[in-house]
Amino acid sequence: MNIAEKILARASHKESVHPGELIMADLDMVLGNDITSPVAIREFEKFGVKDVFDKSKIALVPDHFTPNKDIKAAEQCKCVRLFAKDKKIENYFEVGRVGIEHALLPEKGLVTAGDVVIGADSHTCTYGALGAFSTGVGSTDMAAGMATGKAWFKVPESIKVILNGKLRENVSGKDLILHLIGRIGVDGALYKALEFSGEGISSLTMDDRFTVSNMAIEAGAKAGIFPVDDKTLEYLKEHGAKEPKVFYPDEDAKYSETIEIDLSSLEETVSYPHLPENTHLARESRDIKVDQVVIGSCTNGRLSDLRAAAEVMKGHKVHDGVRCIVIPATPKIWREAMDEGLFDIFSDAGAVISTPTCGPCLGGYMGILADGEVCVSTTNRNFVGRMGSTKSFVYLSSPSVAAASAILGHIGVREDVK
Amino acid sequence: MILKGRAIKYGDNIDTDVIIPARYLNTSDEKELSAHCMEDIDPTFVGRVQKGDIIVGGKNFGCGSSREHAPIAIKASGVSLVIAKTFARIFFRNSINIGLPILESIEASDEIDEGDELEVDLDTGVIRDLTNGKSFSAEPFPPFMQELIKEGGLIPYLRKNK
Repeated sequence: MNIAEKILARASHKESVHPGELIMADLDMVLGNDITSPVAIREFEKFGVKDVFDKSKIALVPDHFTPNKDIKAAEQCKCVRLFAKDKKIENYFEVGRVGIEHALLPEKGLVTAGDVVIGADSHTCTYGALGAFSTGVGSTDMAAGMATGKAWFKVPESIKVILNGKLRENVSGKDLILHLIGRIGVDGALYKALEFSGEGISSLTMDDRFTVSNMAIEAGAKAGIFPVDDKTLEYLKEHGAKEPKVFYPDEDAKYSETIEIDLSSLEETVSYPHLPENTHLARESRDIKVDQVVIGSCTNGRLSDLRAAAEVMKGHKVHDGVRCIVIPATPKIWREAMDEGLFDIFSDAGAVISTPTCGPCLGGYMGILADGEVCVSTTNRNFVGRMGSTKSFVYLSSPSVAAASAILGHIGVREDVK
Repeated sequence: MILKGRAIKYGDNIDTDVIIPARYLNTSDEKELSAHCMEDIDPTFVGRVQKGDIIVGGKNFGCGSSREHAPIAIKASGVSLVIAKTFARIFFRNSINIGLPILESIEASDEIDEGDELEVDLDTGVIRDLTNGKSFSAEPFPPFMQELIKEGGLIPYLRKNK
């Protein structure tokens, strides 16, 4: 069996499982946010049970439209808050303590290797970086998960992605995942799991791995799983996660397909509107003028992302025609970035620093685009209207490319910033 | 169960952001959501959709965000069925879980034109295009999912099987 099959076999109390098999799996964590939880809470009430299955295995993270962006958003957050209080949910996070869910849960040690996690948010696949089987679902699945502690799954086929070599300087996990999506397409892994493999993994930081697993969904994947190594174990220990359940693929594990990537061959990559698969090299995109830059999100709002952006921006000014918005993903990251002096660099450059929120990534608030405007963003989607006007344009990139573009006023790479 | 309706056609990779833009996700009221259904890809949809209409999409229909608001908005618009070459997996789950019928058929997606009158037998998966006279068969669901759809979604199914 491969890693996904081993985790799902464990969670469904079976010796083995095979692709296509329908199983009921025990859940180690059920996640929702301020957009998806209100619908789930309504469905939960219909289910007719009094209590949730385990108040320590549910995380309610109001991160999308918080601090409340308008009255309706405030009502949705209130609904989540009251439910959390009533059901004594242990992992509810209030503004000031709340961060972007997929950065927050690993930071709080709420996910460990071998877990099965569902989240009513498509980027729940992020925890594959920790060796978990975690996947996005809808609100009804979340409701059923909160009530029963179980979810149904069709065991997916897995695609093996072999990583060789080492990333070059200024090239990051974001460039790797954009390259992969560009190669296989936005439905290249539809109904399947991605399983990463190869000696190249050891050189990837945990933050790189989070970014890669985070965007597995942008290739249609159900999960994007890394094997557990020393870096994973160290991360889990440092963040107080539960005892890891470590699974490695069998030698005769089956995969529907194998893809090889030489990390040393990758360059800074940008996805053009309006699909993440429209990838081009950043150095071939210098003629694209930029109105706004967003550095943040569950994909790239971690401390190493802010450091990468600050390294490029240090001693430079954001271009006259550009609004640059920096959004640390959690309060802890926010505080560490401030203590390290990164805020001085951003502020001196003329960028604005926001509280943690998903905000502009999904066109919520804190950086909405007008007709004809162009944004270079470290977020995960560049669909029509994703960040505002249906006539605006989002280019996805790494923090390094986004920061360079903010200084240059057009898309570029770090070396272009003189 | 037999469904009858007119085809409303869309292309590949229709994402949940265009089905229901995030600026309207500060509510989960199905009537409010349906008032903005498909707005960012087809502003004429809300004005012309009729009860029973059938959306026919290309590949990877419903990709992107996991928002259940997307199939809820489509269902609340009066759409009786979505046919596509393939569905993004979360949209697939969500549709079954809330009781919005969906069918996968590459041929139907290619051959059906905008406005064609369709007749679909959900039990057999046979799609008949009454306008061009062609007939297509969709993949039947596994028995577990058929049971789920029959019960009206995941919550009623689980209540019954508690």
